[in-house]
Amino acid sequence: MNWLVRTFSCSVAKKQFMAVTGLAFCLFLTSHLIGNLFVYGGKDAFNAYVEHLHALGVLIHIAEAGLIVFALIHIGTALILYFQNLAARPVRYKKKSNAGGRTLASATMPYTGLFILVFIVVHLVSMKFADHSTLSTFDVTAGVFAKPAYLAFYIVSMVVVAFHVNHGFWSAFQSFGASHPKYMPIVRGFGILFSLIVGAGFGLIPIAFNMIS
Amino acid sequence: MEEKFINLTLKVWRQKLGEKKGKIETYQAKNISTDASFLEMLDIVNDDLTIKGIEPIAFDHDCREGICGMCGQVVNGYAHGEEKGTTLCQLHMRRFKDGDTVFVEPFRAKAFKVVKDLVVDRSAFDKIIQAGGYITAKAGGAPDANNLPVTYETCELAMNGAECIGCGACVAACPNASAMLFVGAKISHLALLPQGRPEAAKRALAMVRTMDSCGFGNCSNERECEASCPKNIEITNIARLNREFLSAGVCSTAM
Ligand code: HEM
Ligand code: SF4
Ligand code: FES
Repeated sequence: MNWLVRTFSCSVAKKQFMAVTGLAFCLFLTSHLIGNLFVYGGKDAFNAYVEHLHALGVLIHIAEAGLIVFALIHIGTALILYFQNLAARPVRYKKKSNAGGRTLASATMPYTGLFILVFIVVHLVSMKFADHSTLSTFDVTAGVFAKPAYLAFYIVSMVVVAFHVNHGFWSAFQSFGASHPKYMPIVRGFGILFSLIVGAGFGLIPIAFNMIS
Repeated sequence: MEEKFINLTLKVWRQKLGEKKGKIETYQAKNISTDASFLEMLDIVNDDLTIKGIEPIAFDHDCREGICGMCGQVVNGYAHGEEKGTTLCQLHMRRFKDGDTVFVEPFRAKAFKVVKDLVVDRSAFDKIIQAGGYITAKAGGAPDANNLPVTYETCELAMNGAECIGCGACVAACPNASAMLFVGAKISHLALLPQGRPEAAKRALAMVRTMDSCGFGNCSNERECEASCPKNIEITNIARLNREFLSAGVCSTAM
């Protein structure tokens, strides 16, 4: 079993854990966005979608448990990587320039990641764990988005997620070594498109709630 | 291009032998020919410092024609200077303007200790090579030329990896001080060829483990290495390393 620990604790393996969990979150974002699009069908369509989702019962719990485990791996590994990378250069440059590889998205991964973590906590507390006994999910959600501070925080958060995914998507493929002269340009292009869809798609949902309710 | 003479203000990292701390000192580089290389400019400044009784600036160099990998400093925040695909010894002063202020610092990484001034100890790279950057071949007569079929494309890819001169600029430029481009190039040029396959799995695991234990950072796919490499080594070599590591870790019998 020694080989398992030795292999999994390597720098490359850690990146590959980031990649599996990150890509799984991308799948989650896709399904979550598709579900949220029911808001455009109006209050009843949205509540009906929520009913159907909850009717899945144990499947939903399995998915939630999976997301929690993946989040722990993604965040835990991110922390280890961040501090190891800091330690790898104890003396900084007096003058450091960007040679042209870094992007705003790639340079801010730990910070956008941390922001997303804060967002997830706020999101869960204000919606999932809010009091649903008297109000429908639509009304709970609309109630949150009616507050300008929440509305702004949500929209900013979605832009932040878009940045994280903008670098994260192709980076995950690179971490697996899935680099091919035919497909890498498509992966990169799709990553950018996906980040725009995520940013715009989720960013417009709170506005849609406000217009409909 | 016509030869001109320029004056520069240098901000150079000075650190005495055996000391852990150093500081930036300011020197004037006067009357420098635009035909001089960056290292020749430092030679001229050192002449001047010697005459003034100041210890000359220590820096590494050897071939001065871009093939040995000995030279390397961070100039104005760029490893080997701003010009693409060029070692510091091949960087010419015509790339600078009269009156420029130029920061000159050593490659910075926990795994590369500063020995003196701009000289760093890059023996961590040797450790990584010793861990697996070779093939085991029986000595004897040269094998028949076409015994092992290698396509032209594969040969070119392997040669691209083999172009790495082990200078360490990728580490210096990486925001995380990661050595993945170097290790990727060294793993690739062997893994692509039939002679390198028998030990590929063992090599990938051993080189990555040694890289980690030397204190290099983790790759975040920032691509600063590729943009700074004097030999234009591409990050597709890092992808190949990641692939080799994955298959070695999961599928091979190598522990
Ligand atoms: C919607 C949620 C999230 C998604 C879709 C996501 C996606 C990704 C993806 C695809 C990667 C690239 C992996 C690789 O390069 O191999 C990544 C990297 C990263 N993520 Fe996330 N992530 C999310 C949440 C978070 C959170 C909550 C944190 C931290 C608190 C975080 C921190 C990081 C860091 C630091 C990296 C860069 C690791 C490195 O390259 O060294 N992420 N993420
Ligand atoms: S990959 Fe490029 S920058 Fe890194 S050591 Fe080799 S030649 Fe130098
Ligand atoms: S001195 Fe040999 S590469 Fe610069």
